[in-house]
Amino acid sequence: MKSNDLILQTSTRVVFFIIFLFSIHIFFAGHYTPGGGFVGGLLMASAIVLLLLAYDFKTVKEVLPFNYLAMTAIGMLIALTTAAGSLVFNVPFFTHWYDYFDIPLLGKTSIHTAMFFDIGVYLVVVGITLTIIEMIGGDN
Amino acid sequence: MLLFMAIVLPILFAIFIPLAYRSIKSIHTGWFVLLAPVLLFLFYLRFLSPVQQGEAQLARVSWVPSLDFYFDIHIDGLSLLFSLLITGIGSLVVLYSIFYLDKTKEKLGNFYVYLLLFMSAMLGVVQFDHTLALYFFWELTSISSFLLIAYWYKRDASRFGALKSMMITVSGGLMMLVGFLTLYVLTGTYSIRETIAQVDTIVTEPLFTVAVVLVLLGAFTKSAQFPFYIWLPDAMEAPTPVSAYLHSATMVKAGLYLVARFTPVFAYSEVWVWLVTGIGLLTLFWGSLFAVKQTDLKGILAFSTVSQLGLIMSLLGLGGFAYLVTGDAVETFTFATFAAIFHLFNHATFKGSLFMVAGIVDHETGTRDIRKLGGLMGLMPVTFTIAMIGSLSMAGLPPFNGFLSKEMFLEAVLGLLHADISTMTVAYLVPIVAWVASVFTFIYSIYFVWYTFMGSRKEEQLPKVPHEAPIGMLISPAILGSLVILVFFIPNVIGDWLVKPATAAIQSTAFTSAADIEFYIKAWHGWTSPALWMTVGVVVVGFLLYKVLPKWQPIYSKWPERFTLNRGYDSLMDGSLTWNRALSDRFMTGSIRDYLVYMFAGMAILGITTLFTQGGFAITTEGLAPIRLFEIVLTIILVGSVMAILITWSRLTAVIALGGVGYTVALFYVIFKAPDLALTQLVIETISVALFLTAFYHLPKLDKHYKGKEDNRFRLGNFLISVAVGLTVTLIGISAYAQRQMTSISEYYKETVYTEAGGGNIVNVILVDYRGFDTLFEIGVLMIASIGIISMITLRLQKKKKGATVDEIE
Repeated sequence: MKSNDLILQTSTRVVFFIIFLFSIHIFFAGHYTPGGGFVGGLLMASAIVLLLLAYDFKTVKEVLPFNYLAMTAIGMLIALTTAAGSLVFNVPFFTHWYDYFDIPLLGKTSIHTAMFFDIGVYLVVVGITLTIIEMIGGDN
Repeated sequence: MLLFMAIVLPILFAIFIPLAYRSIKSIHTGWFVLLAPVLLFLFYLRFLSPVQQGEAQLARVSWVPSLDFYFDIHIDGLSLLFSLLITGIGSLVVLYSIFYLDKTKEKLGNFYVYLLLFMSAMLGVVQFDHTLALYFFWELTSISSFLLIAYWYKRDASRFGALKSMMITVSGGLMMLVGFLTLYVLTGTYSIRETIAQVDTIVTEPLFTVAVVLVLLGAFTKSAQFPFYIWLPDAMEAPTPVSAYLHSATMVKAGLYLVARFTPVFAYSEVWVWLVTGIGLLTLFWGSLFAVKQTDLKGILAFSTVSQLGLIMSLLGLGGFAYLVTGDAVETFTFATFAAIFHLFNHATFKGSLFMVAGIVDHETGTRDIRKLGGLMGLMPVTFTIAMIGSLSMAGLPPFNGFLSKEMFLEAVLGLLHADISTMTVAYLVPIVAWVASVFTFIYSIYFVWYTFMGSRKEEQLPKVPHEAPIGMLISPAILGSLVILVFFIPNVIGDWLVKPATAAIQSTAFTSAADIEFYIKAWHGWTSPALWMTVGVVVVGFLLYKVLPKWQPIYSKWPERFTLNRGYDSLMDGSLTWNRALSDRFMTGSIRDYLVYMFAGMAILGITTLFTQGGFAITTEGLAPIRLFEIVLTIILVGSVMAILITWSRLTAVIALGGVGYTVALFYVIFKAPDLALTQLVIETISVALFLTAFYHLPKLDKHYKGKEDNRFRLGNFLISVAVGLTVTLIGISAYAQRQMTSISEYYKETVYTEAGGGNIVNVILVDYRGFDTLFEIGVLMIASIGIISMITLRLQKKKKGATVDEIE
């Protein structure tokens, strides 16, 4: 069933990047303002869902050749490594560390290990949401 | 340690028996087995002299010292008598079984392993001073007896008998265990000797009577007392050596041992002495009455065993009175104990030989049915002689040992009348019951011998051509038969060496050692002895009744089948199955709806009753926030959506209304200042509504499937339960709010969110930093959920590919 979804497809190309950037923004802003890995991940997933609606599974797979199950696993691994990394420095499991750095271009920025953990959450959420949708939607 | 090794020697032997059975085919396995009991018999003979001097043998092997569990061995007169009986008759039974069981046809390895296991168990029961160790071996006797009864496990009757004996003896054993633990609670020790030492302090405790009754239940079930005797006749399906050994000489006497062993503790309780005496007499009477009804040789012997055990039990009960009286009466009652032990020994000798005789008759003629037997005297003269000796001893005639102990029994029951304790008129019944039971004992003893060996031959009815048994089979019963006669002529040798030390152990307050006991067994009591005239009466009345036996024996068949104890047992066993099945069928309906009803109803009932009975309900208006217009509007929308879900008939409406609920909740988050929650709730609600729609798109139409079933109809019960659950949760919420005990810890988060964690969004910092652990596992949960979905869908697809239909998969 192939219909002419030109308007949808064209607007999706624009809207996808807006949602994508918003998701990145919400993710990074999460430590100070509402947001974080979970919502950011869900938004990213919904951006891809939008792509799926406008195009079809095959096209999206070609554009974004990710294995979502592997993405879930990598996210879980990052989260776990962040949590367990503190053990190397002889502090309890899940002890975070942060400091401020002068990074060229960005200026004075704080780097927080919690961010890495959040990256893990983000990847897991994106991974599982798309796995489920792919699984259910692709079952035809 | 040596004493302990002696107890477990048969078990150690049992390990090698299957090897011998497999590898040495030419020699009957029994010959190897015979070594163990003979060695042990000789070993225990060594203790006769020291024990008679009053030197008890003690040994201890630790097992779980931290739990006060030791294998404490204590061999006094009572234990030694039993040990000698177990090993002595054990040797004879093994010898007999060598000729009884065929080397090529029977699974001898199994048989002797079970038998040796039983021997160890029995030795443990009679020698351990520690109640838990005693219980341990007590159950081992039940188990090995179970295995032995079901030895010919391909017969239905064997399995039925084994199960029955197992059920009854093990349930009694468990009662006994509780009794022992009760004693432990009272005294703080598992040792029987230490319990005896503390008896003054515990006898007044209310729990003491509980312990008395529970331990007695154990003893009564094991010793086949009324009404638990019913397993014994069914246990006759076992091979005859087993019947001779377990069900006449040893295992059934474990209950007697227990009663005797605990007499110094429990005899201070009137409940104990009257129960033991009363049940003993009832069993004696009942067993002798029904022995005459039996037509199976082993059946007669089983009922006669029941009856004789009752006799010994009642004598032990009478012996217990010695603890309750003072003065001359003590001697009267200690004499009862003396008689009990003497009869216990005598019974083991003559009953063992009689069982072996029954086995020989069975072996040589092919039947044990007394109606088919007769006239075997000329064919089997030796067997007949042994049977005659055993039966007449059982009937209580001179010159056999049964006469001596029966006389003593009659004297002891008469003694109850002279004692001051017999204020109860029921005491006068005791000698009468005892005398009537003796008459019946006489009748069945004669019945047993005459119907088998006298009268006309009915060879055409017999499956085999009868002839005299092989010499090897006759050795054991002959030895026991000679003992029966020998004991009559030299009773005081047995009395001094075996009976008196045992009596001293039971009557520990009256006698400090065996030397104190001055009883003298004599066959002739003089013309004035009432026991003599009672015996004469027994013989005369018994003989007359026997002569007219065919006239009154049919009376037994008049007894309604419905009121027999066996019928009671059967209906209890069947009933417990059917009732339980009916019960579980009633509430285990298989319907999830019903189970949810149980859970929710339980939750509501428990919640509300706890709230109000424990004074947990409270309500407060303090600290409540003012209600704003927004909230009222949102609440109305929320309630409206919920009602729509409840009353709608369309699934689509329900899904949409559920989405409405979700978005309203997100709005609540907004006005209650939870932006993170609101964001997440919005996105999640959208995804889940989409998933719901996906799922319902594939569902069959409601009307198509449920037409006529009215499955969505209103159910008052469900309505009430859901209202109750809602009420419970609401009330608990209100009460919890009204009774906040402490301030929240959120102040800490507020203060440290930037200084400690370097963040600004408290919610996110809590999620990834303060309580990151939870988040870690929550993403784990998500991952598992997605993997679950993958497996469900892909596995279903794979099955579909293999050609299975959807119905099969579901």
